[in-house]
Amino acid sequence: MKRRKFDLAATPGKAAVGVDDRFAVATPLRKLLNKVFPDHWSFLLGEIALFSFVVLLLTGVFLTLFYEPAMTEVVYDGSYAPLQGTPMSAAYASSLDLSFDVRGGLVMRQMHHWAALLFMAAIVVHMLRVFFTGAFRKPRETNWIIGSLLFWVGFLAGFTGYSLPDDGLSGTGLRIASAIMLSIPVIGSWVTSSIFGGEFPGTIIISRFFIAHVLLIPGLLLALISVHLGLVFKQKHTQWPGPGRTNNNVVGERMFPRYALKQGGFFMVVFGVIALMGGLFQINPIWLFGPYEAWVVSAASQPDWYVMFLDGSTRLMPAWEINIPLGDGYVIPPLFWPTVVLPGILVGLSTMYPFLEARHLKDRKSHNLLERPRDAPARTAVGAMAVSFYVVLTLSGANDVIADKFQISLNAMTWAGRVGLLVVPPIAYYITYRLCLGLQQHDREVLAHGVETGIIRRMPDGQFVEVHQPLSAQNGHADGHGQLEYVGWVVPKKMNRLGALGPAIRGFFYPIEKPAEAPVSPGHPPVEARPEREEIGSGESRR
Amino acid sequence: MTSDNDRRRGLLARLRERPAARSRGRRRLGAAVRLIAALMLAGGAYTVFAPGAQAQDNPQLTGAAAEGKALFDVSCVTCHGRNAQGVEGRGPSLIGVGAASVEFQVSSGRMPLARQEAQAHRKPPVFTDEQTRQLAQYVQELGGGPVVPDGDDLREDGNIASGGELFRINCSQCHAFGGGGGALSSGKFAPSLHPATDRQIYAAMLSGPQNMPVFGDNQLRPEQKADIIAYIQETLKHDQDPGGFNLGRYGPSTEGLAIFLVGIVALVFASLWIAGKS
Repeated sequence: MKRRKFDLAATPGKAAVGVDDRFAVATPLRKLLNKVFPDHWSFLLGEIALFSFVVLLLTGVFLTLFYEPAMTEVVYDGSYAPLQGTPMSAAYASSLDLSFDVRGGLVMRQMHHWAALLFMAAIVVHMLRVFFTGAFRKPRETNWIIGSLLFWVGFLAGFTGYSLPDDGLSGTGLRIASAIMLSIPVIGSWVTSSIFGGEFPGTIIISRFFIAHVLLIPGLLLALISVHLGLVFKQKHTQWPGPGRTNNNVVGERMFPRYALKQGGFFMVVFGVIALMGGLFQINPIWLFGPYEAWVVSAASQPDWYVMFLDGSTRLMPAWEINIPLGDGYVIPPLFWPTVVLPGILVGLSTMYPFLEARHLKDRKSHNLLERPRDAPARTAVGAMAVSFYVVLTLSGANDVIADKFQISLNAMTWAGRVGLLVVPPIAYYITYRLCLGLQQHDREVLAHGVETGIIRRMPDGQFVEVHQPLSAQNGHADGHGQLEYVGWVVPKKMNRLGALGPAIRGFFYPIEKPAEAPVSPGHPPVEARPEREEIGSGESRR
Repeated sequence: MTSDNDRRRGLLARLRERPAARSRGRRRLGAAVRLIAALMLAGGAYTVFAPGAQAQDNPQLTGAAAEGKALFDVSCVTCHGRNAQGVEGRGPSLIGVGAASVEFQVSSGRMPLARQEAQAHRKPPVFTDEQTRQLAQYVQELGGGPVVPDGDDLREDGNIASGGELFRINCSQCHAFGGGGGALSSGKFAPSLHPATDRQIYAAMLSGPQNMPVFGDNQLRPEQKADIIAYIQETLKHDQDPGGFNLGRYGPSTEGLAIFLVGIVALVFASLWIAGKS
C-alpha cells in the first residue's frame, strides 16, 4: 500500500476549505477580517476599557468561587489575628478568608478592584476623546448613548461590588445609598424597603447585590458592549482628516493580521498593568475597616472615584429643607437635590448631547471625519466646562482628606467648592474658547506666511525682517501669502518638520539603525575653527 | 406579722416622742450649741484646706513640683498666667487638668505653643522627660486631676481584637480606620496616631486634649484602654500591608488618584507606542 505524503503546508488551507464547505463563512469572515482600523493612538483608549472588562470577568469568576453572599452572623477564626473572635457576617468573613487564607486570593481581589477603577477611568477617557473630536455626530449618536449608558451601568456594577465585602466602609456606603433612596419624594420609603427587604440593613441585601453584581449587571454590560462594538463595525470608524482621507473612506490597517496582533499585544499590556497594580498597590484594606456595624463610621469614608462626585455634591449642598404643609406635613430633604436630581440631569444632558448640538448648529449631515478640538471651539469649551464641573465635585468629595493633609480648613474647602462649582466652569469655558481660537489663528498664520526659520535679516536701510519659509508657491502679491487652505489638520510649525534636519533616528530608547552620514559637498573644504579673538589695546596692562 | 409591725411602730413612736419629751429651753440650747459647733467645724476646715493669701506666696510644694513651678514661670506663664490660673483670650486655666494633660501636651511638643491657631501641632518636645514630669507634678499639686499610670508599656496583656473593635467604635470617626488622622471643622484636625507613644495615647484618652472628648475610666476601663493602645501600636503601626504599598491609607481618594496617575498614564504611553509601530 502506498502511503500518501503528508503535506504540512497545505493543511491550514485544506482545513479552512473544510470549514467553509460546512459553514459557508468565507464571505462574512473576509468582510470582518478586512475591517480597517485607523492607526491613531487615541482610538485605543476604548480598548483599555474593553480589556479591563475581560480582566474583571476573569478575576471576578475566581472571587465567586470563594465568596459567600450571606449575612448570617459568624465568629471569625481565620488567620488575621486582630479580628479573631469578632462576630461578623459570613460575607465579610469569606472576604477576609479570600484575602488571607486563599492562595493568591488577595492579589485577585486587588486586581479585580483595580480593573474596576481602570474600566471606569478608561470609559471616561475614551468618552472625552469621542466628545472632543466630534466622533459622536451623526450617524453615531446611538453609540454615544450606549457609551454613556455603559458608564452609568458600570457605576452600578462598581457600587454593588463595593458593598459586597460587607466591611465598615462598604456598609457606610450602603447606608448612604439607602438614605438617598429614602429622600425620593413619595416613593422613597417603598423603594428602600423593597430593595432592602424591610428596614436598613436587613438580612437580604448582600444576596441581592451579589446576584445583581455577578449576573444581571455584567449581563447588561456585556450586551451593551456587544452592541457598541457591533455598531462600530457596522458604521465603521471615524478618522482624522489628512492626505487621502475623505468622509467616505477609512484609511488604516486591516483587522487581520496586523491589527489583531497589535490588539493581542495591547491586551497583554493592559492585563500586565492591572496585575502590577494589583500586586504593588494595596487597595481597599477591608481588614482595617472591620465588620460593618451601624455605629462604626471611619473618617475619610469615600466611595470609589467615579462615585465621588456625588459625595462632593452632597457635601456642597446647603441644608435647604423644603417643608410642604400637606396632611401631617411633608419634607423634601436637601439630600434629594445633589444625589437624585443632579445625576438625573447629568444622565439626560450627557446622553442627549449629540442631538442638542446638531439642533443648535442645524447640522443634518453625516460626519465621518473628526474635528480637532481647536476647530470646534464652542464644543471644546462646553467639554472643558463639564470636565471642570465634574472635577470640582470630585475634589469636594475628598475635601476632608485634602483639608487634613494640606492643612486647610475644612470649612474653607467646602466654601471653595461651592463657589468653585459656579465660577470655575464659566472661566474654563472662556479660557478654552480663547485657546482654541488662538491655536487656529496660529495655524492660519503659518499657512499664509510659512514656517518661522529663526533667521532675522537686516535690510540695507537698516530694517530687520524675519525670514519665513513659505509652505506653498506665493500668490504673486506683495504680501507673500500662500495659497493653502485651512483644512483642520496638523500644520508644520518647525523647520525640522520640513526636513531642515536629517531624518530622525528610528528606535525606542536606543537607535535601531545607524544615522546616515551627512553628505559633504566636494566643492567646499571643511570649515576650520574660528581663530581665538584678541582685544586690541595699547599694550599696557590695566591691572 | 404582728411582731414586725409592733417593732416598726415602736421605733417610729420613739422618734416622734423624743422631742416632745424634752423641754423647750433645752431644745433651744442644744440647737445653739450645734450651730456653733458646725460653724467652728466649717471655719476650721476652711482655714486648713483653703489656699489663703500666704499660701500663694509660699505654696506647700514638693521638690519636683517646685522645680516644675520654676519652669512654668519661665515658659508657660505668658499664656497660662500666674499660678496657672489662665489668661483671658490667651490660655486656659490649668487648675484641675491633671498631670495627664501636661504630660500629653508637653511630651508631644504641642506645648509650648508656637502660635495661636486653630489647634496645636506636634513638634519636637522642648522639655526633657524629667522636666515634663516636674511640670506635670506642679500642675497636679495645684488642683489634682487625672494621672497616667506608671510605666512606659501601657499595653500589657492588651487584647488586640477587642482593642480593634473599641478603636473602630470610639476612635476611627476622627483618627480614621488606619490611625492616620482626619479633618475636623474650621482648621481643627484629629492628628495621626503613628508618632504617639503608649503614655501619650493613654494621657490623651484621660485628658481629652484640644477637640478630643475625654474617655475617663468609667467610659473606657483601664484594661480597655490597654486594648486600644495595643491595637494602635501593634496592628496599625506594624501592619505589614499585605496588599503592597498602602497609598497612605487615605481610602478611595488616593486609589482614584493612583488609577489615573499610574494606570491611565502607563496605558496611554503604551497605546502611543503601539499605534506608533505601524
